[in-house]
Amino acid sequence: MYSVRLWSVRHSRGLNAFYKGFESVLLRLHPLFKAVGYDRLERPVAAVERSVKGLLFDCQMCGQCALSSTGMSCPMNCPKTLRNGPCGGVRANGMCEVKPEMRCVWVEGFKGAERMPGGVEAMQVVQFAVDQRLKGKSSWLKVVRDKSGEA
Amino acid sequence: MAAEIIPVIPAPEVPAGHTSPGRLESVLRAGAFAVTAELAPPDSADPNEVYKRARVFDGYVDAINATDGSGANCHMSSVAVSALLARVGYSPVMQISCRDKNRIAIQGDILGAAALGVTNMLCLTGDGVQAGDHPQSKPVFDLDCMSLLGIARTLRDELHFQSGRKITAAPRVFLGAAENPSGLPHEWRARRLAKKVEAGAQFIQTQYCYDMPLLRSFMKEVDALGLTNKVYLLAGVGPLRSAKAADWMRTNVPGIHIPDAMIARMAGAKDQVAEGKQICIDLIQEMSEIPGIHGVHVMAYRQEETVAEIIDRAGVLKGRKPWQPGADHNESEHRTQS
Repeated sequence: MYSVRLWSVRHSRGLNAFYKGFESVLLRLHPLFKAVGYDRLERPVAAVERSVKGLLFDCQMCGQCALSSTGMSCPMNCPKTLRNGPCGGVRANGMCEVKPEMRCVWVEGFKGAERMPGGVEAMQVVQFAVDQRLKGKSSWLKVVRDKSGEA
Repeated sequence: MAAEIIPVIPAPEVPAGHTSPGRLESVLRAGAFAVTAELAPPDSADPNEVYKRARVFDGYVDAINATDGSGANCHMSSVAVSALLARVGYSPVMQISCRDKNRIAIQGDILGAAALGVTNMLCLTGDGVQAGDHPQSKPVFDLDCMSLLGIARTLRDELHFQSGRKITAAPRVFLGAAENPSGLPHEWRARRLAKKVEAGAQFIQTQYCYDMPLLRSFMKEVDALGLTNKVYLLAGVGPLRSAKAADWMRTNVPGIHIPDAMIARMAGAKDQVAEGKQICIDLIQEMSEIPGIHGVHVMAYRQEETVAEIIDRAGVLKGRKPWQPGADHNESEHRTQS
């Protein structure tokens, strides 16, 4: 929801801190996830992720979450799906070029990044192009798999 | 046995330390103040229309930008316009927009255009489809300008596609990107430029700059980030046609900022067309004095014939005469690098 999305960016600091804790819990659950099977967990976890992040960020389930590097403003809501900062067309009032009724995702993102420790530095890291195969999949499970060295 | 096929476009040597055999890179690396201009591609399949549009710049520009469906309007493709220009010796800057093609098509175009003699490529995100004449079309945006830069650099420097599959000959290209010094949020624009340089941009052509204080503060930040020696920056300029047109532009074209004072100066002039040219000349002269600005990019949409006069009167070439067709006929039998 748009208004919740803006709220989330305003509270990027707290949400980021919460996510850090949540991620460490997830990482510790790796042996359990492995025992149950990542493939079997994919659907239910993705469903939970979709509802939670959908509410908070209007998450589009790209499957490769970058919120920690985008000031908690989901870049997939940008009509051009830009993952590396705003285009040159941001309106003078900070609204989107393509959707004039929406605040630019990146104008918001910069504000969010400034509130997060390390947020500004994270934003300077070049993000790769989206892997379209991951669309709809759980980003949480991917993080645990990647960080646990599980292919 | 069949006779060997001789390529129409010879492959000139890449000078040491350069990434392309192109003239734009050479001019910039030599420290000269470079001039580039934007060519509006024709709504036509006639190559002569491209050449007619290029000839108006003869002797005044170092490279010609071929736009890629700019404003999301349909025209002859930038690959074709660039190849036509390169074929007769011009130095085109092929613009690549992420709006209309996915990474498979774009990587193919980069290799193909380089094979056709295109040596400069400008990596852009592109305008949204809602801005153009085909708002009913599907926007692609598989890549953004930043990932496009990375992919182009990988092809050139690491000789493989994004997939990792090897290529046998690298596209020898000079890679550019755009930036909008007047764009929001102002305080982040220079940092965004840093990111583009990090991603692979060697030169930058900016959106129109009509607000000099804003450009100066942007350049100060660019300098503070240590970028002035890492990237060649060409500031965007263009003659305004009238106060009314300028006001329309800033209201309707995304990303264009024209200060009120500039509109007032236009409105107060007896001959607004002449005043528009004079403003452009004044801006170019001012820009040429700013450290870190290595040239200008003139976008004189529908006024392309004024570019030569503007550059001439601005005096920024300082007597230097950029290449034009026929310039090297007597010197060498080989065509110079495009």
